[in-house]
Amino acid sequence: MARLTIDHLVKRYGEFRALDDVSLTVDDGEFVAILGPSGCGKTTLLRQIAGFDKPDAGSVRIGDAVVSTPGQHVPPERRRIGIVFQSYALWPHMTVAENVGYGLDVAGVKDPERRQRVNAALALVELEGFADRRPALLSGGQRQRVALARCLVTEPSLVLLDEPLANLDVHLRAAMEREFARFHERTGTTMVYITHDQAEAMALADRIAVMDRGRILQLATPSVLYREPADDTVARFIGEGMVVPVAGVARDGDATCTADVFGHRVRMRCDAGARIGGEAHACLRDNALRVVNGATPGVRATITSIVYQGGRFRLDAAPERAPGVPLHFGVAEPCSLRPGDSVTLAIDDGWVLPGWVTRASGR
Amino acid sequence: MGSKTATSLTPESTADDKSITSRTSTLLRLVALTPKLFEDYALLTWLVGVVAVLSLLPLARLVAEGIAPGGTLSTDAIARVLASPTTWTATGHSLLTAFGGTLLAVLVGTAVALCVGLTDIRGRNAVVFCFVMPLLIAPQVVALAWLQSFGPSSPLLKMLGAAPAMGSRNPLYSAGGIILVLGVQYAPLVFLTLRAALRTLPQELIEAALAGGAPPRRVLRTIVLPLMTPPLLAGIALSFVSCLGNFGIPALLGIPGNYVVLPTLIYQRLAGLGPGVLSEVAVLSMLIGAIAVLGIVAQESMLRRRDFRISAATIAARPFELRRLRLPTEVALWTLIGIVLVLPLCALVLTSLVPAVGVSLSAATATLDNFRFVLFDHAAARRAFVNSFGLSATAAVVIVAFAIPLAYFLVWRRSRLLRAVNLVTEIPYAVPGVVLAIAAILLFLKPLPLVGVTLYNTVWIILFCYLARFLVLGLRPVVAGYHQLDRTLEEASQIAGARLPRRLRTVIVPLVAPTAAAGALLIFLTAFNELTLSALLWSSGSETLGVVFFSFQQGGDSTYAAALGVLTVIVSVALMLSTLLVAKRLPPGVLPWRD
Repeated sequence: MARLTIDHLVKRYGEFRALDDVSLTVDDGEFVAILGPSGCGKTTLLRQIAGFDKPDAGSVRIGDAVVSTPGQHVPPERRRIGIVFQSYALWPHMTVAENVGYGLDVAGVKDPERRQRVNAALALVELEGFADRRPALLSGGQRQRVALARCLVTEPSLVLLDEPLANLDVHLRAAMEREFARFHERTGTTMVYITHDQAEAMALADRIAVMDRGRILQLATPSVLYREPADDTVARFIGEGMVVPVAGVARDGDATCTADVFGHRVRMRCDAGARIGGEAHACLRDNALRVVNGATPGVRATITSIVYQGGRFRLDAAPERAPGVPLHFGVAEPCSLRPGDSVTLAIDDGWVLPGWVTRASGR
Repeated sequence: MGSKTATSLTPESTADDKSITSRTSTLLRLVALTPKLFEDYALLTWLVGVVAVLSLLPLARLVAEGIAPGGTLSTDAIARVLASPTTWTATGHSLLTAFGGTLLAVLVGTAVALCVGLTDIRGRNAVVFCFVMPLLIAPQVVALAWLQSFGPSSPLLKMLGAAPAMGSRNPLYSAGGIILVLGVQYAPLVFLTLRAALRTLPQELIEAALAGGAPPRRVLRTIVLPLMTPPLLAGIALSFVSCLGNFGIPALLGIPGNYVVLPTLIYQRLAGLGPGVLSEVAVLSMLIGAIAVLGIVAQESMLRRRDFRISAATIAARPFELRRLRLPTEVALWTLIGIVLVLPLCALVLTSLVPAVGVSLSAATATLDNFRFVLFDHAAARRAFVNSFGLSATAAVVIVAFAIPLAYFLVWRRSRLLRAVNLVTEIPYAVPGVVLAIAAILLFLKPLPLVGVTLYNTVWIILFCYLARFLVLGLRPVVAGYHQLDRTLEEASQIAGARLPRRLRTVIVPLVAPTAAAGALLIFLTAFNELTLSALLWSSGSETLGVVFFSFQQGGDSTYAAALGVLTVIVSVALMLSTLLVAKRLPPGVLPWRD
């Protein structure tokens, strides 16, 4: 059993709360990404799970064993987890085989079995011919795979990955992404993946935890995260969502409602359980905005900038009713619009942000 | 509950302990903690204990002797020493030579550091190697080399026909001579502190001033020099304390002319009267220690007046192009090196080839007999080679083996205790050598409690002092090595299940080995050329090379002394050169003789 349970974890550095009441459960065999901008606390969280730091409150459990509370602390070397470090942390004075076999040496695994397991791990990452090389002679992607083999050779119950792709170039990144996914499928290991790159997180994770300022804002599948963000911050962070004020919110179905967006009535989705009504914030996606004929009802806006993005243009616009709330949307090539032009925009979809509703009604 | 402890994920105490009585739970907790305690805290306790014994205990014993000589509270010794006019004469001489030597060292060291650190002169590594060399040659050998460059018996002057008449006084037997040789000896100290700081001076600060329209000379005056104030003050303090504590130079240049400074006064008292005068000598060494501390405190208080912090060092400054001035600058630097290094060393080598003092040197009279005598015929010299090699090598190996785990805690496990430990390791190196030597005599004069062994008058008291004094020389490079190391390398091995001893052995030691070796070499060179400690601590059978050299020179056998000096210089330079082969693998600044 390698369920990871983090319960109300707090870590302070002086006055600063690097982890502010963080709770998170990762099921056995699940792949969870922890996503957030730099400084959001995701690395602090990883170091807590690994045991490099002690918490000020709360607890960490791996399987059934409590490994971290303020009073008791299992040191990292006894947690039986694996980590792939951002810098790979391959020991430069050892060969690839020695790097991979180190954990087996520590565990007292002796030679034919040891050699066999090292070879199997290298085969798994397709580095069979590289056993006697030094890490300095490997490419970035190969080092990454050695780090992966080293972390998996001891069959840890839980693997932590600390921005493992951050140091690779774009092409290699996509290939390694596929490798991680394949890998997770084959081994069924519980994985926690730290990243600031949402495309990476979306591509790999079963569920994503979005972190900001030491808190977990939302833990959900990539699709839910995109379609139903919990609050303004998540909405803006994931897929560059637009957050707009809405008025006159009125439920007209289990999970649908209508609302005024810049004076234009729009049908949108909402949380089935939430009490809604009156004013709120809503999240709009650029693919739900469409330029329509001026006679059609819609939101009037002025184009502020046009950027070519290969085959399509990204347009930024300021609504006439509220120029301070920018909108953006895509238009396929060719595009005759120019900055300063007035357009009418139809809004096909939206999501009433439950976090905002809860806070507003709590006042 | 009990079954949980069978898994490998055993916490150090279990949450359910509350159900048992508190005493049992404490006991369980202790038992469960033991493996961790054993690895980390036991090691740390042991390291801190050794530092306390090496760095604090001797000086604490010295202070106790000053306040309560022989165990009874009394101010007699203090009053006697302070009433003696000799004390104040020696103090005056000490201050004069220390200030003079420091002034010379600062002028020369700063000029060379600015040339090497900021301009595009060629052959930078060779300049640094030669300029720093006097620091790594024994001061007493440097003093003899200078004596042999001037005086009436100088083979160099004789060959040139410019020697003063026989019986005339060597001009270096004077305060001026002591100041000159001290200045030359310690200019590299000022150079090294400034050079290290110039290396971290960000390029942007200079480029911003240049972009603002300031010519290079103005940039130097308004940007570089003000920012170099802290290292300059540090260099001044360091060279003042070194000049103040130096024994070899005033011993060779001052004693013949009866120009006594505090270290030589302590030596003469102790050599003439034996341990009976220990209380008085303890007061004298506390006096010199106090002057040294005042110097350091003055430096600190000057630093506090202004903000010199440099934000985020980036790429080191690009050298200024000297253009037309480049060749003259290079010529000036090499002329300086010719005067302070080549000339005295030539004089030393020539003296070592002279058959007897006063005989003029020619192809016909030149002889290697002096070398044969000190290498094979003279029993004490032969013993001294064995002793010095043994003591220096032992000190180097023991200190580095100790510094590697200590630096692990200092760099990666910061805490208030460890910051204090870091400071304490500096003390025995910061105080003048005679202070440490006297403190060690006081500590080891009586048999050790419990074991009943006496270290005084054995080679072990010298080893103890070497370990205490040179610990920091080995610790600094090792700390620098840790700073260069990516901590995740250690964390990766921790995640792989390795406990601290194994992590040290399999990951950390191999990776810090190059810098540790550099530190060991620095210790070896310093100990090998050392005289201040062993001059006060030696006994028959435990002579060091410095002691034998000094006794040759005192007995008027300058040619034997010169031969011995040449041999030690050859060993030192050979070791320095050998390290240049691996210099590329070391962090910048670890080898003082390489730029």
